[in-house]
Formats: sequence, C-alpha cells, structure tokens
Amino acid sequence: MTLLFYLAAAVAIISTIAVIVQTNIVHALIYLILSLLAVAVIFYVLGAPFAAVLEAIVYAGAIMVLFLFVIMMLNLGQHTTDEEKQWLSGGVWLGPGIMSALLLAQFVNVLSSHEMAMSPKTVGVLEVSALLFGPYVLAVELASVLLLAGLVSAYHLAKK
Amino acid sequence: METIPVEHGLILAGILFVLGLVGVLTRRNILFVLMSLEIMLNASALAFIVASARWGHADGQVMFLMILTLAAAEVAVGLGLVIQMYRKYHTVDISVLSEMKG
Repeated sequence: MTLLFYLAAAVAIISTIAVIVQTNIVHALIYLILSLLAVAVIFYVLGAPFAAVLEAIVYAGAIMVLFLFVIMMLNLGQHTTDEEKQWLSGGVWLGPGIMSALLLAQFVNVLSSHEMAMSPKTVGVLEVSALLFGPYVLAVELASVLLLAGLVSAYHLAKK
Repeated sequence: METIPVEHGLILAGILFVLGLVGVLTRRNILFVLMSLEIMLNASALAFIVASARWGHADGQVMFLMILTLAAAEVAVGLGLVIQMYRKYHTVDISVLSEMKG
C-alpha cells in the first residue's frame, strides 16, 4: 500500500507538470485526467474509497468532458498552439516559478519539524452518508442550490 | 498495516497546489488557467482527505464532496464565460480582457 501511494504520487506530480508545460490543449487535458486518476488511487490508499470513486466519476469523467466539449466548440486549431509556444518562450516561467518554489520550501520546512505516522483505516460510504444526512444536511442543501445556480448561469451565459 | 507519514500526503498536496499556482500565473490561455484552478482545488481536496485519514473521521470526505460541488459549479460558469469571451473577441488570450476596465 505504501509503495502504491508513492507511485501514484509520482504519477500525479509528473502528469501535473506535463499539464502546465503543454502547448496543445487536448494533450494537456488528457494529462490532467491522468493526474486526477492518480489522485483517486491515493484517495483509495488513504482509506477513502467513496472519495476515490467520486474523483474518477465526477472529476475525471464529468468535469473533464465539460472542458472537452468547450474545446471542441471553440475549435481552436494549430494557430492557438503556435501562439501558446510563443507565449511560453523566454523567462515567463522564472518569476512565478521562483516565488512558488520559495512558498513550497517554507511549507515543507514547517511540515518537516513534525513527525506523525498514519495507518489509514477504511472510512466507507456508510460513515460519510451518515454525516451527510445528519449534521451536514444544511450544507448538502446549500450545495444543491449552488449547483442549480451554476446550471442556470451557465445556460444564460452560453446562450446567444 | 503499513503506515504512511501524514506529512508526505500534505507535501504532495502542497506540490500539486504550487504547480497549479504556477500554471495560473504563467499561462495566458484562459482554458489553461481554468485547468490550473482545477489542479489547485483538487490539491486542497487531497489535503482534506489526508486529514480525514489521519484522524479516521469521515468529515474530511464530506468537505471533499463540497469541494467537488464547488469545482463543478465553477467550471460550468467559467466555461460559459469562456464561450461568451470567444464570441466577442475571437481569442482565448486573457490579456484582451484588460480593456474591460473603467
């Protein structure tokens, strides 16, 4: 299980790097799906099988298909890829890269002062749904209202 | 049962979040910016799942569901805006939006 965690973590990091350096948007999307599936494997290893399944179905399935539909609708083609190559050349990476690396180094430094092992035990769908329809029922209702608002506004915005 | 250090999970979440941040800061194509936002949201969800695994509670998974809902709604609205922007300007370059000021 531990080996699986580190393998999936390596796949997730490498494919995420591939997403942000890619110039062809469809290739980037496929790498993003790979990264999300690797994170789903990590969820499973950490004892959250329900979250892993939802990550694969909703994130890698539904949300990425939404992206793919919009990319197909816009029909961007080769000229956008060339534009991307031109935008990404030179020192564009330097400033944000260094700043973000500094932030990450601080984060790792703070975390490495503690040593805390976890032995994940499976928290299944039963416990999650007991919480969802118990103390968190208001949050579930609000989430449904948020989704409805997203649906209505997406319809309104994309309409001619 | 083998153990995984909890900081390794959190460091992984941090690395993914920072990669998404670099993507948001460097890309000029709005679709790539939205994809990087997805990476960042996913990294925060991973942090919640790691915490949930550390304490053996299901609350982290409930928060994961909320983040999933938020991401779905955000992508739907964001992509609707991208379609409008493409109709108006015929480009996906976010720097054309700077003339919206005033």
